[in-house]
Amino acid sequence: MVKLHALDRKLLRDVWRLRAQALAIALVLGCGVAIFLTAFGMVGALEATRAEYYAEQRFADIFASARRAPNALLGEMAEIDGVRAVEGRATGWAVLDLPGRAAAASGRILSLPPEGARINVPLLVEGRLPDPDADREVAVTARFAAASGLRPGDSFAAIVEGHRLELVITGAVRTPEFIYALPPGGLMPDDEGFAVIWMPERAAASALGLSGAFNDVALTLRRGADPAAVIEAVDRILSPWGGSGAHERDLQTSHAFIDAEISQLRSMAVVLPPVFFGIAAFLVNIVLGRIVALERAEIGLLKALGYRNREIAVHYLAMAGLIAVAGTLIGWGAGTWLARGMAGLYARFYDFPWLVRPEGWDSYAWSGLIGLAAASLGALRSALAAARLAPAVAMAPPAPPRFRRSIVDRAAERLNLSQPGMMVLRGLLRWPLRAAMTSLGLAFGVAILVASSFMTDALDRVIDIAFFRTFRQHATLALAGETPLGVTLDAAHLPGVLRAEPQYDLPVTLRHGHLSKRLALNARPPGGELMRVLDTSDRPVELPPEGMLISRQLADQLSLVVGDMVLVEPSERSGEGFEVPVAAVTGQYLGLGAYMDLDALSARLRQAPRVTSVSLALDPAALPEFRAATKQVPRLAFVIMLHEVRDSFRDTISENVGRNTLLFVTIAVLITVGVAYNGARIQLSERARELASLRILGFTRSEVSFVLLGETAVLALLAQPLGWAIGSGIAVLMVNGFDSDLYRVPLVLTPANFATASLVTLGATAAAALLVRRRVDRFDLVSVLKTRE
Amino acid sequence: MTEAAATQPVFRAEGLTKVYGEGSTAEVRALDAVDLSLPEGELVVLLGPSGSGKSTLLNILGGLDHASGGRAWFRGTELTAMTDRQLTRYRRDHVGFVFQFYNLVPSLTARENVELVTDVATHPLPAEEALALVGLSARTDHFPAQMSGGEQQRVAIARAIAKRPGVLLCDEPTGALDSRTGTTVLAALDEVNARFGTTTLVITHNAGIRRMAHRVIRFQDGRVVEVSVNDTRVPAAEISW
Ligand SMILES: Nc1ncnc2c1ncn2[C@@H]1O[C@H](COP(=O)(O)OP(=O)(O)O)[C@@H](O)[C@H]1O
Ligand SMILES: [Mg+2]
Repeated sequence: MVKLHALDRKLLRDVWRLRAQALAIALVLGCGVAIFLTAFGMVGALEATRAEYYAEQRFADIFASARRAPNALLGEMAEIDGVRAVEGRATGWAVLDLPGRAAAASGRILSLPPEGARINVPLLVEGRLPDPDADREVAVTARFAAASGLRPGDSFAAIVEGHRLELVITGAVRTPEFIYALPPGGLMPDDEGFAVIWMPERAAASALGLSGAFNDVALTLRRGADPAAVIEAVDRILSPWGGSGAHERDLQTSHAFIDAEISQLRSMAVVLPPVFFGIAAFLVNIVLGRIVALERAEIGLLKALGYRNREIAVHYLAMAGLIAVAGTLIGWGAGTWLARGMAGLYARFYDFPWLVRPEGWDSYAWSGLIGLAAASLGALRSALAAARLAPAVAMAPPAPPRFRRSIVDRAAERLNLSQPGMMVLRGLLRWPLRAAMTSLGLAFGVAILVASSFMTDALDRVIDIAFFRTFRQHATLALAGETPLGVTLDAAHLPGVLRAEPQYDLPVTLRHGHLSKRLALNARPPGGELMRVLDTSDRPVELPPEGMLISRQLADQLSLVVGDMVLVEPSERSGEGFEVPVAAVTGQYLGLGAYMDLDALSARLRQAPRVTSVSLALDPAALPEFRAATKQVPRLAFVIMLHEVRDSFRDTISENVGRNTLLFVTIAVLITVGVAYNGARIQLSERARELASLRILGFTRSEVSFVLLGETAVLALLAQPLGWAIGSGIAVLMVNGFDSDLYRVPLVLTPANFATASLVTLGATAAAALLVRRRVDRFDLVSVLKTRE
Repeated sequence: MTEAAATQPVFRAEGLTKVYGEGSTAEVRALDAVDLSLPEGELVVLLGPSGSGKSTLLNILGGLDHASGGRAWFRGTELTAMTDRQLTRYRRDHVGFVFQFYNLVPSLTARENVELVTDVATHPLPAEEALALVGLSARTDHFPAQMSGGEQQRVAIARAIAKRPGVLLCDEPTGALDSRTGTTVLAALDEVNARFGTTTLVITHNAGIRRMAHRVIRFQDGRVVEVSVNDTRVPAAEISW
């Protein structure tokens, strides 16, 4: 074993003596390392796993759909410059009648080419793919099979285009198209309620009425191809056939959801760790500054003994280095644990063939390096000061800090401050920068809590608005294609239905000037109770007889204001565009929205009113009958049991909220304790003599503690409004950061949120202060006064 | 050559001057053109009232501080021309210091305090041997807080001699000690000087100590006022104050 040098042993003993302070700093640093490691590690893991999966299963680059396009067009598309491969499919919806399941499930049918898929290739998990010539053989998603207890050889019924088909499962597969398998109208994956079904091409085409035609096409591109040009060419080819517009991966649902997760992780990795590293650096700075001040004579001695400046700087840097090593190890441990937890969550929501886990050493190396750099940065000033100390000066006792009478003293006299009060005030003003930084550190603890409970409140608001004020129906029947208005009456006669309201969704492109957006224009008759539109103050608004309502986000994207004319181009009917004025702007958190009165839209389209879905209010007592009946409804694409979606969404959210709250409270407490404990310990060290003198003069312990802890208390109180402000700022940044076409987050800041944040952090500060106070109580007065300083 | 080396003084100073607070009204002339020559191997006592500039001289000769004017040599090498880096090297290789307040590192044991020096010196004594020389073999694993003042100062001496220094510079080594423990410290210095022939400079404002020196330099107001050589030296054990 290598023999430790005496200086190294001094280092180890000093760190051991300061272990409580060192640990408090290491924990803060560890938080930064853990979050950095988890977030960056998971970003890397998600991206790498997804990329590998995409490459192996040849995930498409361009996606398009049409109403019904002849297969001959596929050859035409293959000729487009930059296209590597093209594959057309017949796709459709199915209502599934599963053995042993009361409710209908929904299924997405995809045709499987006889020679096997060359793009978006399903990955076989169990069994075999269906025989190309078989009529009733299918493969289903492995997760659906597992959740429904179905195995190869089992069969189930599917209602496709009004026909009931008995299907036999030959195999279970997974696909990069549905890594995040969002059921139609759902908010989260639902393994049991949603299946993707691969049917041999011949059987699918005949079931879906698409013989010799396709309604869905996927393309892969050559390296260096221009996607925009390909999209334009595909749109040109498909537009006479009801093409709804080609798009890249970014608009593919599963891909977009993973993208959203990645960007959320990335912003977490960018925003949070710097706060922890900054606070840790600050704490190292004040603690080491104090140590160097205390060890002046020892530094002078080392210099007298012939130690070089560099050796002395390294000695003090190493002290920070040890703290960084401890923090990094804590961070790696916590980060690995967090990443494992996230991998578990991902396994629940994402269907990857492998576990998504950060495997590379690089995120460990980077997080450790950054942690070390932060601690070193904090130590640098003190280490350099130690190295620069002239030896002859270092040996001499330091000059006492100069106190001058200032405006503050005069003000304090006016205020009639007691002597201890005066000492607190002077202490604060002696090191104004340190006081400000301490307060800022405590404020970050508050801010993190404000920001995290903002997320909880915001999600509550989204759920409340979306489910209790906007989508109030119990169930929605999505129809296979456009249906005459009369279907509403049929739906109203289903068992248990109390109320039925029709809706018409039309895929359109909205244009305003050079700006455009593709989405589904939603039309409904006036007087709806179940599906409502809210204005920007969350009050229900009636659809105007003319004109369009659009959500604020959409208005921003198209830069529309009330009164502007917007051009509506139905995607599947070229040449039927028309202009309508924007009547009002609505508030909406989930998705983008554009709404018109059904009669008004029908008039514009010169057609009788049609329906694509019906919203229902149900009698809870008659749910079983309703469920059974839905398995028999003709022309039904799928049923959305909204109250079930609501419940599972809320459960998942509250589970997440619980977990996040625990995490962020832990983090905030660690920061607060780290800052408050170190701050108070350093004051104790600086004021030991002063405080002991007070005790000898007859001041009581609590009076002495007041002097010591008063400063911490003042700083903690000042930190509260600052923390609220920073937390609100973070909330605003998050609101802007989360603004996507998928969802939007409202800015909800409540007094209760601020109060909770303050209570938690003030409690943590008090606990840290009491730990230090115990030392005052145990003061050995004589020895304090005897020590030379 | 050998002739020249034998007669070369260990320290020589010419017009050595140190001014604190230069330029300001509070200017202090701590050393005022000091001329000095000290031969090898002697135990020299530097005597003078407090504030007369003794420590300042010792610090400059020991390479802890720069002079404001004049020149000083250590065995023919000019100290006043050295950079900070060269001075560090010089302290590391040639100088042993003993200070009034011992300046032990509180978190290191007696042995480890000595090892601070043996870790970086070229031909050190083993730490145990250095401690044995000052009679502290039984205390090697004690921390400073567990030792008396005299013991701590003897650890400091052990630390200073462990590198086999060319010169031993002691700034009021007994200043914080009572007469009896002070005597043991002086005896240790005397022993080192006698055994290794290490030139030893002892600062004191205690006139009694001069009787153990080969040579006594009296200092006043930053100047050497008298240099005297003792014909007969009194053993440290017989000195008291
Ligand atoms: N760092 C310093 N700054 C200003 N004046 C100093 C400093 N060190 C010593 N002095 C002054 O220089 C003079 C000589 O000091 P010093 O050499 O310590 O005396 P001695 O060791 O003989 O008591 C004294 O007047 C002292 O106040
Ligand atoms: Mg002195």
